[in-house]
Amino acid sequence: MQPAVEFRNISKAFGPVQANADVSFSIAKGSIHGVIGENGAGKSTLMSILYGYYNADSGQILIDGQPRTIRTSHEAIALGIGMVHQHFMLVENMTVLDNVMLGAEGGFKLAAHRAETEKKLREICARYRLDVDPLATISDLSVGAQQRVEILKQIYRSANILILDEPTAVLTAQETASLFEILRLFKEQGKTIILITHKLQEIMDITDQVTVMRAGRVAGATATAETTKEQLANMMVGRPIQSELPRGPYKPGEAVLKVSNLQLRDANEVKLLADIDLTVRAGEIVAIAGVSGNGQSELMEILSGMRLPTSGKIEFLGRELPFAHRSNPDGLPAAFRLLGIGHVPEDRLRDGVIKGFSVMQNTVFGYQDRVKNRWGLFDFEAISRRCAHLLEAFDVRPKDPDIRIGLLSGGNQQKVVIAREVSANPKLMLVGQPTRGVDIGTIESIHTQLLRLRDEGVAILLVSVELEEVRALADRIVVMSGGRITGELNIDEFDTTRIGLLMGGMHKS
Amino acid sequence: MKTTELPRWATGFVLPVLNLLSALLVAALAIHLLGESPAESLTILINSAVINPEGLAYTLFYASTFIFTGLAVSVAMKAGLFNIGAEGQMYFGGLGLTLAMLSLDRALPAWLLIPAAMAGSAAFGAAWAFLPGYLQARRGSHVVVTTIMFNFIAAGLMNFIIVKYLIPEGEQNPASRVFSQAGEMPRLGQWFPALGDTPLNVSFLLAIVALVIYGVMVWRSSWGYELRATGLNQHAAHYAGIKISRMIIVAMIISGALAGLAAVNSIMGSTHYLSLNFPAGAGFVGIAIALMGRQHPVGIFLSSVLFGALIQGGFDLSLEKPNIPQETFIFIQGLIILFCGAMENLYAPAVLKLINATRKG
Repeated sequence: MQPAVEFRNISKAFGPVQANADVSFSIAKGSIHGVIGENGAGKSTLMSILYGYYNADSGQILIDGQPRTIRTSHEAIALGIGMVHQHFMLVENMTVLDNVMLGAEGGFKLAAHRAETEKKLREICARYRLDVDPLATISDLSVGAQQRVEILKQIYRSANILILDEPTAVLTAQETASLFEILRLFKEQGKTIILITHKLQEIMDITDQVTVMRAGRVAGATATAETTKEQLANMMVGRPIQSELPRGPYKPGEAVLKVSNLQLRDANEVKLLADIDLTVRAGEIVAIAGVSGNGQSELMEILSGMRLPTSGKIEFLGRELPFAHRSNPDGLPAAFRLLGIGHVPEDRLRDGVIKGFSVMQNTVFGYQDRVKNRWGLFDFEAISRRCAHLLEAFDVRPKDPDIRIGLLSGGNQQKVVIAREVSANPKLMLVGQPTRGVDIGTIESIHTQLLRLRDEGVAILLVSVELEEVRALADRIVVMSGGRITGELNIDEFDTTRIGLLMGGMHKS
Repeated sequence: MKTTELPRWATGFVLPVLNLLSALLVAALAIHLLGESPAESLTILINSAVINPEGLAYTLFYASTFIFTGLAVSVAMKAGLFNIGAEGQMYFGGLGLTLAMLSLDRALPAWLLIPAAMAGSAAFGAAWAFLPGYLQARRGSHVVVTTIMFNFIAAGLMNFIIVKYLIPEGEQNPASRVFSQAGEMPRLGQWFPALGDTPLNVSFLLAIVALVIYGVMVWRSSWGYELRATGLNQHAAHYAGIKISRMIIVAMIISGALAGLAAVNSIMGSTHYLSLNFPAGAGFVGIAIALMGRQHPVGIFLSSVLFGALIQGGFDLSLEKPNIPQETFIFIQGLIILFCGAMENLYAPAVLKLINATRKG
């Protein structure tokens, strides 16, 4: 049978970075094909080439056996290729129907076409069991439902080849399961699905074939039934990886952080955090599990001083944190830092680093008042010595203190942030999504650093949406949903289904 | 190896020079269309603005004012604020200076009077910039809009103050009285006779000092680090514990003080009285200088000298070539702002290609 898509010797470079090098493989019609690889392995670039965002420097793409040049996404859509992006391309304040029609309005007069489209949408929803109300407004929908709208949009535009880019990153376990059911149904109807992910379990669960990419090349291709997670992981990284990292025995010390009855409401009195009670002791890692956007970010912002809570009490080493009577959090993070609270922010490019500053300048970010000489000016000699030491100790690559940090890979940027925060010897470390956008090799090194910190007696509060990461690091797990803590469990009670239910908002029981 | 980023020598030197040449090329075309020889005009311009010592003195005199307004715009720009209001702040600084002069110039000796007048100019300039800064930091009113408006308000207010209160009795000219001799900035000509009887004065040296202080504060102090962090990424600056609102207000105050100090050169160095519309666009030239000089002390100095040379040379050029009106200076200035500011990366792709091509071969 003719493959639905065939890549032949695709190469693409961005400046010095060879994003794709001589990539060749084919995707069978009516199959679910996984493309797996670390961040920066070239999966997204390849899919962007297929979808017409980028043009390959060389090579050929065959669709249904025909060589095609796809210069724009319009041409891709015309060939029946649809893409569901990791970040949804939806207009929040429009209805599902209007979002689907956007770009396919079918003429100047909307009304007639709208009725027709609505009918067609209801048909599609019924046929593929997509539970979406065409007249609902996007902003009222859950993340899972928004994703279904994206899929609906592609089906409506008669996509036969559906590319899904990290579709489960924002979903709960239950939502993931229902997405997979939909995908299986598509497969039965003869559609071809390309699933881009870095989660090995998903590949094992749903794909027929898998292509592993590493450093822009195809590192391996196999039928899913004939491989194991370990084999795939080794192919992705190019070397065997340790599945269990060494950690000392669990010996929690005094309570470093004690949050009681914390509340946060926004300007419209919407509850963002409600009744949060939480304790983190010295020498333990407490992980907050949850789908992103359920209050974890707000909690971390409050604990790091970036945001003021509406009410509640936060004790740090037995003393209340100095935020009462404040009308704004200006400068508060500096005060918290001085007390011994380190913070690796969730969104490192937004909060954690200044992209335009050099690596060296970023190693003192937040601590700029501690590196002055007696003239009150920067002690560049000390800064540069400290920086060289950190780059060495945390294995940041390249070891060039003067390069702009924006030019480093995500993993190395994160290493700089962690090095900076660890080197200040905090008593409490707040760590938000430490391995988001970070490749597997670096994940291991970051996890090792965090566990070492724990063994040294630092209290660590971790927020992660990756259950794998929670499992790898946590001593205790707190699950958050809708701004509340829905459950707590010890690491030996780890149970994906139970955590999934708690993440979905099922209450303590 | 291919590179996607231009090296610093290219962004800092090659691009500005290419942009400047492009601006001059268009200017040459215009001069040609006016029926004059561009080459000859350029010779006259350079001769009168740089080669001739007196001309050079005038060039540096104009440059002294521009260094201050350029610094004013630059320091705000480093904090991510586009201060369009240097013109109004300089104008208001002139008022502060004049009030200090009018009340003290007959009582104090020069060594006390000059610092007092300078303090007056800095304080009034700072106050005029504080308001937009405060509105931006605490109320979110965009500083571009407010500073533009404050230029108009300053112009109207000064008109009123000068005409109503400052014109000496019996005079028609809308200007204050002439200050006493103690209020004159010492001219450099008295130490360097080659400079002749030109208004180049100690303000030029003060401008150089200001450049050095600016360079040290912005790149070598933790305050400057926080200023630049605020300008590049406010979220991250907040994360780092920087008080953003305060930083914005302080940056605007410093910016306004520097703009106010620009009045010292033009008033105390030359006219010795406050006159209507004395800034004559120097505040706006400061924007061009900050953009073209990339807020770097050396860049600010070089662009200030360039703009000073254009005024001085353009003036002589219009005297010698009747076909070329004096406004040609404004035309060339506009071209430079267009090429160096709005289209600063025009040649970046080509330069990048060239660098990559030579590296391959």
